[in-house]
Amino acid sequence: MNSRSAADTRLLVEKSLRRRAWAERRFRAYGLGAVLVGILFVFFLFGSIISKGYSAFLQAGVTLDIYFDPEIIDPAGTRQPETLATANYTSLVRAALRQQFPEVEGRPRTRALYELVSNSASFELQHLVEADPALIGKRQRMSFLAAANVDQLLKGRIDRKRAEATRVLSDDQIGWIDALAAKDQLKLKFNKGFFVHGDSREPEQAGVWGAVVGTLYTLAVTLLLSFPIGVAAAIYLEEFAPRNRWTDLIEVNINNLAAVPSIVFGLLGLAMFLNFFGMPRSAPLVGGFVLTLLTLPTIIIASRAALKAVPPSIREAALGMGASKLQMVGHHVLPLAMPGILTGTIIGMARALGETAPLLMIGMVAFIVDVPKSLVDPATVLPVQIFLWADSPERAFLERTSAAIIVLLGFLILMNATAVILRNRYERRW
Amino acid sequence: MAGGVPVPRGAAKTGGPAGYTRYSGGSNTPHLSKNIRMSMSTSALLLLIAAMAALGYWLGKYRSLALVGGGRGIRQLHSLPSYYGLLTALWCALPCLAVLAIWLACQDGLISSLVTRDLGPAPSGAANLGLFMNDVRNFASGSVPAAGVGQQVQVAAAHYQRLRGISSLALTGIILVMGLLATFWARSRITPDLRARNTVEAIGEKVLLACSTLAVFVTLGIVLSVVYESILFFRSVPVHEFLLGLQWSPQTAMRADQVGSSGSFGAVPLFLGTMMISGIAMLIAVPVGLFSAVYLAEYANRRFRSFAKPLLEILAGIPTVVYGFFAALTVGPALRTFGESIGLHVASESALAAGLVMGIMIIPFVSSLADDMITAVPQSLRDGAYALGATRSETIKQVVLRAALPGIVGGVLLAVSRAIGETMIVVMAAGLAARMTANPLEAVTTVTVQIVTLLTGDQEFDSPKTLAAFALGLVLFLVTLGLNIFALYIVRKYREQYE
Repeated sequence: MNSRSAADTRLLVEKSLRRRAWAERRFRAYGLGAVLVGILFVFFLFGSIISKGYSAFLQAGVTLDIYFDPEIIDPAGTRQPETLATANYTSLVRAALRQQFPEVEGRPRTRALYELVSNSASFELQHLVEADPALIGKRQRMSFLAAANVDQLLKGRIDRKRAEATRVLSDDQIGWIDALAAKDQLKLKFNKGFFVHGDSREPEQAGVWGAVVGTLYTLAVTLLLSFPIGVAAAIYLEEFAPRNRWTDLIEVNINNLAAVPSIVFGLLGLAMFLNFFGMPRSAPLVGGFVLTLLTLPTIIIASRAALKAVPPSIREAALGMGASKLQMVGHHVLPLAMPGILTGTIIGMARALGETAPLLMIGMVAFIVDVPKSLVDPATVLPVQIFLWADSPERAFLERTSAAIIVLLGFLILMNATAVILRNRYERRW
Repeated sequence: MAGGVPVPRGAAKTGGPAGYTRYSGGSNTPHLSKNIRMSMSTSALLLLIAAMAALGYWLGKYRSLALVGGGRGIRQLHSLPSYYGLLTALWCALPCLAVLAIWLACQDGLISSLVTRDLGPAPSGAANLGLFMNDVRNFASGSVPAAGVGQQVQVAAAHYQRLRGISSLALTGIILVMGLLATFWARSRITPDLRARNTVEAIGEKVLLACSTLAVFVTLGIVLSVVYESILFFRSVPVHEFLLGLQWSPQTAMRADQVGSSGSFGAVPLFLGTMMISGIAMLIAVPVGLFSAVYLAEYANRRFRSFAKPLLEILAGIPTVVYGFFAALTVGPALRTFGESIGLHVASESALAAGLVMGIMIIPFVSSLADDMITAVPQSLRDGAYALGATRSETIKQVVLRAALPGIVGGVLLAVSRAIGETMIVVMAAGLAARMTANPLEAVTTVTVQIVTLLTGDQEFDSPKTLAAFALGLVLFLVTLGLNIFALYIVRKYREQYE
């Protein structure tokens, strides 16, 4: 009786052990699965954006023989700047296209032909002639931007097999494109314009430079304000503040501000800076102010941690040698904490770089062609530019948006890598 | 082709000339170009002050050295010479900065009132007067051609410009004279016994204190500005109608006689939409985040951990606008195609797409907080469970997670507050139409989406439409603040338990 029950128990235990071992393995697999899902998302996100955006770094260009016809540019032969500025350069490009395809006749078809070249061509010619009027009367082989749809076709993003009526390019146009490509007059080149131009309504002419400059101005204001103020606040709280209610209030405030939604800072910027103080709309200056308020908590918290990590013995030694408290901080504690503070600052700036919502509130969401030249010029920033392009219906903007995201992520990776290197190289463990 | 080809886009996306959102909360809207010139002269004045301070530093430093007969007598000085220099520079700069700040704050109101007083028969009514002054400023700054404004405006503008010129000249003069006087006065006060270091450090400490107080003022500023505009809103729309109303259609008409000119501001559909999207996000983020935290903290070896943790944290560093793009152009269409293939109708701006992507974004947030909490559980608790024969997973489930529960709950609450306040993903991937629905495949809208749409549109100032955005902002601020305070309290309490 007794021995049977022992065998039973043993069986029971073995069975349950197997079950528990399975449960153990299952639990572990869930954990690993969760980590892998997370990592998969990272790769999927990057893969999807890079595969959509890499092609924007190439751009289709058309090579045409342009005859700088004196009859069209300057029939009177005066070479007056006004005449040169207002001449009909578009017709030069059109003439070159007609010469390329003499068989094209009739208004609808010639118009379809003209659509192959971006309308930036005439501006290019204008600038060229204004710079060098001697060109008039000459013939020159020149390269222009192709229209966005031509570009998309060459990159294989427009389906040739679709019915003509639902396609953005007609059969005729595709025939001309193929003919040009066969003669090597139409090909993909490195897209320099993307990095040097401002925004544009035409996808093929749009670039990120305006947004990059706006971003640099905005971040410069943010850094100049948030770094000194944040470090000063951290020093006060860590080294000078007496423990009382006021200090507690400040601490609770800083911790809470770090978690307030960024759009609320935008509302503050709108009500306070724009309406109350009457600062200019869309200006990098105000954007910098708002982002300063946003990054201050991050910088203060990081700086406090860095200051806290400096051992008290250093402070005691400095005070023992007769330094005043401010001298102790300035000469000893702060330099030792600097790598940590800089790391925190860079991370805060990286966060500010990616911030969009508060800038929408203060009107940085505007279509701005010109590259901003000062802190109060209307400007936009890279994330807002991405937001604007993502909204555009044109297909060609899709790849530009992805390319702008690649540029933004490139900046972010650069900043975070700097922070990591700084931390690994200079941070001291006590 | 510097600056791109000048192709005007015509009416820009957000409406208004050059795309400026035409919002203004008060009748006295200051304008762009006025401020350009104002700030140019301001920066020039700041440079002037800096230059005078540098002069003061130099004068003070060498004065103190001269008093004791050069570097040899330095021991007779109470402080190091540079402190005398700093003291002089501060004496010069601080009063100048104060004057500059006060002047800039008052000058515009003063000049405007002077212009209107000298105008003679002024256009009546406060709002009209504000508009009139806008015209004057615009014309004065040259952004409006002469043909576009009346005779009265032109006269006033000339007057305005003259007054501004006088004002800026007077300010420069006052600052220059005051700075130099203060500098020389401070220099004359320098004696070897002057406790320069103590004074400078006392001022330094005050500056540090002021910097740390800024956080409080920011909070105060948020509360004041949002509450003020909200009160204006609640004057036209009662609070209970806003908080309990079921109809949200803020399209106020341009003319009073149009249909639906009043608009309705019941925010319940927005609250429901926000809750649904945040809920979907938390359904993704909490299990994935928690399980990966458990795995990384308890199972993974060092090499895997050092590789996987930073990779996961990349997700936290990606800007939200990128997630928004991903949700709107990759996940949304994919869900739609998938839904069609199994015969389900999925809206192209479904709550599911926005929630899914938001969940991905929050994963690292949950996982790193949970990781902290799990590693904070003392090893002795685990050892006790192992000694009783528990397996690893049993220890984790029944001991570690239970011990870490308060901390994890705090972390999840922080994540919820982040999900509620998240803006760009929902602006780009969620819908605009306020709908009361429990179906995650339909389009819903959220509080943050409405704030952005209301404030980036083209609307008259002081309309309930723009003010409603501030009321929504107030609700958002209060809810997230409450969640944060509660969560931080829990987390702190939990940390103290094991310290």
